Amino acid sequence: MSGHSAYQPQSAFMKWMERRLPIAGLVHSSFVAYPTPRNLNYWWTFGGILSFLLGAQIITGIILVMHYTPQADMAFDSVEHIMRDVNYGWLLRYLHANGASMFFVAVYIHIVRGMYYGSYKEPREVLWILGVILYLLMMATGFLGYTLPWGQMSFWGATVITNFFSAIPVVGESVVTWLWGGYGVGNPTLQRFFSLHYLLPFVIAGVVVLHVWALHVVGQNNPTGVEPKTEKDTVAFTPYATAKDSFMMVCFCVVFAWFVFYVPNYLGHADNYIPANPAVTPNHIVPEWYYLPFYAILRAIPNKLMGVIALFGSIGILAFLPWLDTSKVRSANYRPLYRQFFWIFVAVCLGLGYLGSKPPEGGYVLAARILTFYYFAHFLIILPVLGLVERTKPLPNSISESILASKRAAN
Amino acid sequence: MSRTILAFALAGSLLGLTAIGSQPVAAQEHESPVPPRQTWSFAGPFGTFDRGQLQRGFKVYREVCSVCHGLKYVAFRNLEALGYSEAQVKTIAAEFKVTDGPNDQGEMFERPGRPADRFPAPWPNENAARARYNAVPPDMSVLAKARSYERGFPWFIFDIFTQFQEQGPDYIHALMVGYKAKAPEGFALPPGSYYNEYFPGHTIAMPPPLSDKQVDYTDGSPTTVDQYAKDVAAFLVWAAEPHMEQRKRIGFQVMIFLLIFAGLLYFTKKKVWADAH
Repeated sequence: MSGHSAYQPQSAFMKWMERRLPIAGLVHSSFVAYPTPRNLNYWWTFGGILSFLLGAQIITGIILVMHYTPQADMAFDSVEHIMRDVNYGWLLRYLHANGASMFFVAVYIHIVRGMYYGSYKEPREVLWILGVILYLLMMATGFLGYTLPWGQMSFWGATVITNFFSAIPVVGESVVTWLWGGYGVGNPTLQRFFSLHYLLPFVIAGVVVLHVWALHVVGQNNPTGVEPKTEKDTVAFTPYATAKDSFMMVCFCVVFAWFVFYVPNYLGHADNYIPANPAVTPNHIVPEWYYLPFYAILRAIPNKLMGVIALFGSIGILAFLPWLDTSKVRSANYRPLYRQFFWIFVAVCLGLGYLGSKPPEGGYVLAARILTFYYFAHFLIILPVLGLVERTKPLPNSISESILASKRAAN
Repeated sequence: MSRTILAFALAGSLLGLTAIGSQPVAAQEHESPVPPRQTWSFAGPFGTFDRGQLQRGFKVYREVCSVCHGLKYVAFRNLEALGYSEAQVKTIAAEFKVTDGPNDQGEMFERPGRPADRFPAPWPNENAARARYNAVPPDMSVLAKARSYERGFPWFIFDIFTQFQEQGPDYIHALMVGYKAKAPEGFALPPGSYYNEYFPGHTIAMPPPLSDKQVDYTDGSPTTVDQYAKDVAAFLVWAAEPHMEQRKRIGFQVMIFLLIFAGLLYFTKKKVWADAH
């Protein structure tokens, strides 16, 4: 898609440089001249927002580490030191903690946009799978990071999640002891979690490079799902996409700032302001909000091993989406039936999230079981069958034709 | 239309049992009532602490709570934020005994507190506290953020927009006024504990700490348990979030900046795209 670089170095230095390391040409062809479908809507701006958030998390994180102590007896104290005595420490910590939540808000919108417009379909399967890997890495990073303040939810969340691995037959218990670095969650666990929490964002950054590379090979999908055919169908990334992305990024920052400055603890849990205490189990252990749908799936299954398999399966199944969806038409705009099921699926995920925050008792368990069944049925039954039986609407011949048609309809 | 019906019928049949499934869960035994909402000067986007209230709350903490509860993350120097002068803070600090050392002879020694010291712990270690009080009284530095109650659907969604986040002080106030002289009939209260309406499980090891006229107020505020409870809860919110006022002030500036910036970018975007359509 990007083809040969149209970059013409102007200065003598840039000409000299371009013959030795054509980095300016690479940037130019990837972020300036790169052709982007002209009909992209605002749902396509979340990739840029996610890159911004990754950068913001890394910067605030690096500064927090200058003041934080990853030691079981001192971690909680050092976080309070950051909140009270470090200049703007409260701001750094609230930016970082809420930044993680905003990262998940943005990634969920990004994933759901991909699902609605069929962005995972041929030839974007690898692009999609890299995205699923990024999501998994994000989940791991978020979980590890939540452990670091060493509050009650940090400690007990880490205990519950690491205990998943004890479900593995025969070697489970040994694996968990190995993960903990002892016979329970303790200082060795905190120290290794800290190490990994610092490592994974850079792994994420690496996979983001692959994700963007794959994107620039196959090109962006667009709301029609019809590939760009002529130059009339695309616009240059800069200034068109850059202007649009910047506007939306600042709008997103308004939401981000609202949480950071006005309700900074809303997305956290009060119990995490109680220092970790292995002798006292909180009444009700809940993970961070972004894991709640998967937590509901885990607890919906009565058998522990099967529950863990269902939990990982519910994320792993996303990687197979390009082949489970049998429809040749990408965009839900032209798939009237899929569009209904898509919104039901979104509602089911939200329902699972709500149930994940509730205690596993009474009607909540039954509801979680039904929604869990539906979650898997969406991928394993509905999508494969739908592609075969659905009568789709006629696709426009090109992107520019669809823009003209919608303009005519508007006038 | 028929497609819509088909989709909903299919999904409905898969989800049909959910309605039966989500019957309200049987109320837990001895469910705690929701703490009543109080009015707080620090609530909302422009909320600020009431210095007079913080000083009263500090007085309650110092004369009542501090006997058993620590405040280990708060330093005496921080009290200037309550409106005390540097000299007053020095005097307050000097009224506390702080362990320092070891000195040149290798001995630990006690000396009067200095503004740079943090509030000394009321007991030497947790076991000592347990021996004395039958429980470990929690440190109060972040207590106002460490206590909450569930808001439930749909209130937790509205809270994002209304910025309601005062569950902590509401709960602390409710706990202070929630003692009952006698447990309800049929409630087995273990010996040495007290019945409190708002404490989870209702069995609390702390005896009712406040009584009317217990702490002298010099500003004419009522010397009632209710007023003491409000004042000490406000003080604890300050102790837990000492930079709250700065946070909300910067937040407002950030919001103004972002909204203007977003507006400018919107028109930039419009101009850029004007020739593309």
